[in-house]
Amino acid sequence: MDELAHVDAGRPEWAKADGASRVPYWVFQREDVRALERAKLFRGPTWNFLCLAVELAAPGDFVAVHVGETPVIVTRDVDGEFYAFENRCAHRGSLLALEDRGNVKDFTCVYHAWTHSLQGDLIGIAFKDGIGGRGGIAENFCMSDQGPKKLRVTNVDGLLFGSFDDDVDDIEDYLGAAVRSRISRVLAGRKPVVLGRFTQVLPNNWKLYVENTKDSYHASILHTFFTTFELNRLSQKGGLIVSENGGSHVSYSEVDRATEAAKKNDVYAEQKIRSQSDLRLADMSLLGSFKEFDDDITLQILSVFPNFVLQQIQNAIAVRTVLPCGTDSMHLKWTYIGFEDDTAEERKARLKLSNLVGPGGYVSMEDGCIGGFVRRGTKEAPEEREVLAMGGYDIESSDDRISEAAIRGFWTEYRRRMGL
Amino acid sequence: MSENRKRSELTSMIAMVQARYAREIDDGDCTAWPEFFVDDCFYKITTADNYAQGLEAGLMWMDSKDMLRDRILSLLEANVYERHAYRHLLGQPYIGEIEGDELDSETSFMVARITREGPTDLFATGRYIDRYRVRNDDAILVKRIVVLDSGYIDTLLGFPL
Repeated sequence: MDELAHVDAGRPEWAKADGASRVPYWVFQREDVRALERAKLFRGPTWNFLCLAVELAAPGDFVAVHVGETPVIVTRDVDGEFYAFENRCAHRGSLLALEDRGNVKDFTCVYHAWTHSLQGDLIGIAFKDGIGGRGGIAENFCMSDQGPKKLRVTNVDGLLFGSFDDDVDDIEDYLGAAVRSRISRVLAGRKPVVLGRFTQVLPNNWKLYVENTKDSYHASILHTFFTTFELNRLSQKGGLIVSENGGSHVSYSEVDRATEAAKKNDVYAEQKIRSQSDLRLADMSLLGSFKEFDDDITLQILSVFPNFVLQQIQNAIAVRTVLPCGTDSMHLKWTYIGFEDDTAEERKARLKLSNLVGPGGYVSMEDGCIGGFVRRGTKEAPEEREVLAMGGYDIESSDDRISEAAIRGFWTEYRRRMGL
Repeated sequence: MSENRKRSELTSMIAMVQARYAREIDDGDCTAWPEFFVDDCFYKITTADNYAQGLEAGLMWMDSKDMLRDRILSLLEANVYERHAYRHLLGQPYIGEIEGDELDSETSFMVARITREGPTDLFATGRYIDRYRVRNDDAILVKRIVVLDSGYIDTLLGFPL
């Protein structure tokens, strides 16, 4: 059979009947699943977020990132185009880039000075012709046959995605119109400015964090910051958009103008509102936001299969990449962004609102530990299965967020692509 | 008083304040932590890379003592995390510029974290980049930027550093 046949031996069966509503815990634990993910997802026909286009402003700029667990270099060449290739010398496999970012003419390996262009082509070999007619590379050696593997790169409103597989679906089809338009809603026609970068090391399989980002059901239960301090002053309504194949999603909430208007006319209802606690924030400037979008959406969490998240929480905007690191650990890469035309006040509002998110965020710190709780809880129960039945068993979009449809969507697409 | 003598006394004063600061976080419940700051203080936690590149965002970004109080209130009343504690080891403060009743100070730190199910782990190393205001025999923080040496933060950052 195929080259992955050996990793299939010994793996338990994931019953077809389970669909996407029962997920066995061994999926988060097994090395053979990790090997399959490497081949079918991260190095297969998926789109992986690389970096922001603005991080590669000038020709020669590069950023070192990871696609799955593979180190990758993303560049801008003198032709102005973006390129990406493995961060791996054609010769003996050393890393080519030893910094996170920078500006270079080419990538010359420190080991034996083999040189690679900004597009990832091998273009130079030290002592290629030997010294004094002795030594040198083999006669029939062809440089153009060598070189790190390249990725196809595409630019979506300033987000660079890459794929190791040339046969990957066109990005527009991959995302679907609904998800695509919600990326544009935040980023189209704007020039982002990086405000900070943080990496969170989580003690769990990467898919447990992906589930968490697609889980609109947990938000108000696990994260009690807003309810404790009674900060949801305006009535909100929300919704869930799941892409047709299930793999990508948008969860959002917006101010419910109709209910707000009704409340204003109902003086008695206003009086009946009683506080559940006396706890209040002393400095409400934390939540000072400004009008940034043409709609009433205050929160939008968007994911792209397999592992990218675009977050808008009021004016706190960030991109996140979920990177596996073995079966039991992962890196969550946060890049906080503002925009070039921010006023000083707007910038400050973003920085203050960012207290809500990230490794220490008021409404996100719980996500840092919950995956570890699941890992520890399920360690000895690989054959047991989680249950995803909130909102039924389908992967449909809906007008409410008390649903696990987006998680089921992920598993539907995951099973299809993995052949599991 | 000689310049050296004056710096030595200031070093000792800042070291005493910081010993109390660490004790409040490690062995207290953090509720008195905001009292080490002036009302319109600035407190930020960032990483060495962000700091070197002049990137503004922080893991915590607060510009008033009330925001510091809110942080502790939220940790005690709202946020969910596994029981854990820190242990700070502080280096000697380096006293920089002295201007009137204010001075710049830098101090290295190592912070271990002790979580409910697990051994003591090295959680963070870095330096405090501080501005202190000296009043009588005491010093109070006008600004503290906590610069983490590594850009990698394990699990979550709850309590302040």
